[in-house]
Amino acid sequence: MGVTSLGTPVAPGPVQDKLLRSVTDELSDKGFVVAQLDKLVAWARTGSLWPMTFGLACCAVEMMHTACSRYDLDRFGIFFRPSPRQSDVMIVAGTLTNKMAPPLRKVYDQMAEPRWVLSMGSCANGGGYYHYSYSVVRGCDRIVPVDIYVPGCPPTAEALLYGILQLQKKIRRVSTITR
Amino acid sequence: MSEALRELGNAIKAAHPGDIDEVDVRLGELMLVVKRDSIVRVLKHLRDDPSCLFKMLVDICGVDFPERAQRFDVVYNLLSLKHNRRIRVKVRANEAEPVPSVVSLFNAAGWYERETWDLYGVAFSDHPDLRRLLTDYGFDGHPLRKDFPLTGHVEVRYDEEQKRVVYDKVKLQQDFRSFDFLSPWEGMTRPLPGDEKAKH
Repeated sequence: MGVTSLGTPVAPGPVQDKLLRSVTDELSDKGFVVAQLDKLVAWARTGSLWPMTFGLACCAVEMMHTACSRYDLDRFGIFFRPSPRQSDVMIVAGTLTNKMAPPLRKVYDQMAEPRWVLSMGSCANGGGYYHYSYSVVRGCDRIVPVDIYVPGCPPTAEALLYGILQLQKKIRRVSTITR
Repeated sequence: MSEALRELGNAIKAAHPGDIDEVDVRLGELMLVVKRDSIVRVLKHLRDDPSCLFKMLVDICGVDFPERAQRFDVVYNLLSLKHNRRIRVKVRANEAEPVPSVVSLFNAAGWYERETWDLYGVAFSDHPDLRRLLTDYGFDGHPLRKDFPLTGHVEVRYDEEQKRVVYDKVKLQQDFRSFDFLSPWEGMTRPLPGDEKAKH
């Protein structure tokens, strides 16, 4: 909905109304619309990012807040999934310990392509408070490739939401339909 | 309150002559130091005696004093719901000689003793399943010992060629920084650990 040829979303208002009306008119006139496939795919991908629920520590609570009614991830088409097979994005929310690193990688490997990783909070970004600890991985990017880092300890719900919007922007920018 | 605790402590000591090294009441809390081989006997008395009835094992933990020959304290915290009382029982231990397990008395002791073994390396004899509890599989060392290096010995990363998480020798990008802040607490009368640094 509201994807221009540049791939940027159009805010609600007269411009969006005009765009939507032109699409509706074309649809009722010809019965089909023409769009670029890769843009369409990117639109579909950004509109239904299903994150793997990977709450590891206190950041997970903030992630829950983002999903709750105030910030409401559902309106972005984001539903938390309990299974990696159904997920597009993994939000690593919290301290990743050495003991948890192999399971994290296993879950990441089980996710279907295309997949993205969002690292949430200081601990997942670079060890954070536990950087010098004997049992904590100094950043989850040592285990999985990370697309977006959200700073904070813990990041606010707004910050996580902003990170997710940045991820959508990144997907829209780099998305291709080839593997 | 502390008089009653002292009476209780002395009564326990009288019931077990030669088993209890020390009875102390400090900050309103009763503490016993028990000989290592007598711990099961004393805890059984504390659990079953009508004047004690410490039926709940709240915690078992360790303390490390590297300068002592018996370098570890194993601390048992007990709670009596009947008498609304708590007691702390300590046992001195070292790396070599095991402490008798109290799993036969308190089922809760199983994981507590595993945790103490994991973090301090105090062994417990007759424990049904003395494995590590918290640290990584194949972990080397006992992290809460004072001589354990803070950053440990290994760190993990994903190896792209082997397609698995591998262990490397720890290599810090940045040296550990030791911050020496002055104590921010004012108006405390009881000295806190670290306060001696704030004096000068």
